[in-house]
Amino acid sequence: MFLTDEEKRILDGSEGPGKQKAMEMLYALGLTFDAEKLIPVKRAHVALSGQEGDTYWCELLVNGGATCAITPTTNPYWDTCYLTKFFDVTKEELDLANRTGEAYRKIGAKLTYHCAPGLSTGVPFFGEHIAYSESSATPYVNGALGARSNRESSISALAAAVIGKTPYYGFHIDENRHGHLLVEVEADLKDCYDWGILGHVVGELAGYHNPVLRFKHKVNPGPEDYLYFGAEAATSGAVAMYHMVGVTPEAPTIEAAFGGGKVPSAAAVITDKDLKDREAKLTPATGDINLVMLGCPHYTYDQILEIDRLFAGRKVSHNTAFWILAEAGAVELAERSHLRQKLELLGVRMVGDTCIDEPCWKSFEGHLGLTDSPKCAYYRERRGQPFAIRRLSECVEAAIKGRID
Amino acid sequence: MSQDVKVYKCRKIVKGCAEGEAVVSRDAMCFYLTDPETGEVIERNHAIHGKSIANKILVLKSGKGSSVVQVDGFYQLWVKHNLPAAIILVETEPVIVSAAVMVECTMVDRMEADPYEVIEDGDHVEVDAEKGEVRVRKKAA
Repeated sequence: MFLTDEEKRILDGSEGPGKQKAMEMLYALGLTFDAEKLIPVKRAHVALSGQEGDTYWCELLVNGGATCAITPTTNPYWDTCYLTKFFDVTKEELDLANRTGEAYRKIGAKLTYHCAPGLSTGVPFFGEHIAYSESSATPYVNGALGARSNRESSISALAAAVIGKTPYYGFHIDENRHGHLLVEVEADLKDCYDWGILGHVVGELAGYHNPVLRFKHKVNPGPEDYLYFGAEAATSGAVAMYHMVGVTPEAPTIEAAFGGGKVPSAAAVITDKDLKDREAKLTPATGDINLVMLGCPHYTYDQILEIDRLFAGRKVSHNTAFWILAEAGAVELAERSHLRQKLELLGVRMVGDTCIDEPCWKSFEGHLGLTDSPKCAYYRERRGQPFAIRRLSECVEAAIKGRID
Repeated sequence: MSQDVKVYKCRKIVKGCAEGEAVVSRDAMCFYLTDPETGEVIERNHAIHGKSIANKILVLKSGKGSSVVQVDGFYQLWVKHNLPAAIILVETEPVIVSAAVMVECTMVDRMEADPYEVIEDGDHVEVDAEKGEVRVRKKAA
């Protein structure tokens, strides 16, 4: 792997141990994936989490004198000011959150606290080389937008932001963006929830390969549809790039999606029944619910509007909490349009800058929750809260009854 | 080691030498879905659900899942001394590589033989990343 004299000096530690660590990370990845060199990037997204592993890495770099060469956008941890009004956390949990914010402020990140940068807080150009972590963000920027990012971890993306470069391999190179397997989709995709379930099926089929989807019925996916699809394909698998024939920018034709090469026979045909079966497999639980949790990935303003429409003035059951986790800009818009106040009267609360996978939610653990996101259910399981998974309209009806049947 | 040890070439990803009992996962893994206190895999429907990977030689299909919790999964196992002693990857993927680099967990890939063909649960395996070798002694039949 070729390194410039300046890059070699950083790797040798001449510019301090923080930048050296960052360069070691990029160099190790470059060697592993046979990169010929590093290339400059002007955008990075760091999936900071307020988890110890990630905060440890940021502190290691910043305490070693590193700051960011390009200001990366960041994922959420949790809104400590707002949520501590509702929930108890331990001193250690609050300390870790504060440590995380402090470390990322010091290293010079843009504290967007939003897990779907491709929708608003960091939208790359077509063909732009970037370093985006957050497993749901990477397939979005690659597949839906045609930007070029590898499946970065939070720590490799931070290393890229510190150096302002990323190793040139993988999805930065034309031939690696071509499709590997063909998936025929016959299922009817009514809303973003169906796209999510489809993504969950496709992720398991594809692993880390690039799926090419061809649709029997004409589709016209919106931002949330792409987001849900990619989030779930990167939960059941490690999909970071996909094509949708006649829909996504690098797949005007099926031949183009496969790079002009041979189009393989279909690896799978996905029908309505497959989506139903997947939903059943994912959500065995029914019963009383103590929480409806939405916003993994973060909800958009349009999704908050949809919640208002579905409630139609009805109220959340007294023994159930209803939380929407959204991009801070969407919460601000809801505030301005008085949607937030209106929903609060129904028992629906919203918070910006916050992830589902945080200690502030622990008071709900031990009981059944409900979400529209298999990804949410998957990661909450580790914290001891089982989740049923249903589409938004069913989540709203269940919230009103306080139970899911 | 005795003569029944088979030696296979491999490629170093993260340096180090380690030996131990093999645990073989035909599924990709998200390390966050392990119990840091025991190293036990807690993901439902996973190929090695309920087995511990702590201080074992883990033969692993690949990494999967979130790009941040994978890192924390490695970190939590690391501070509790319950990381695998070494990981032999079948399909190499950047997130798992960067997590292993951060905590310096010995990792190799590109084994010259299919690891699923030549390594089973309970075999004694040595991974020497520096020499680029995996040495396998089959468990007693």
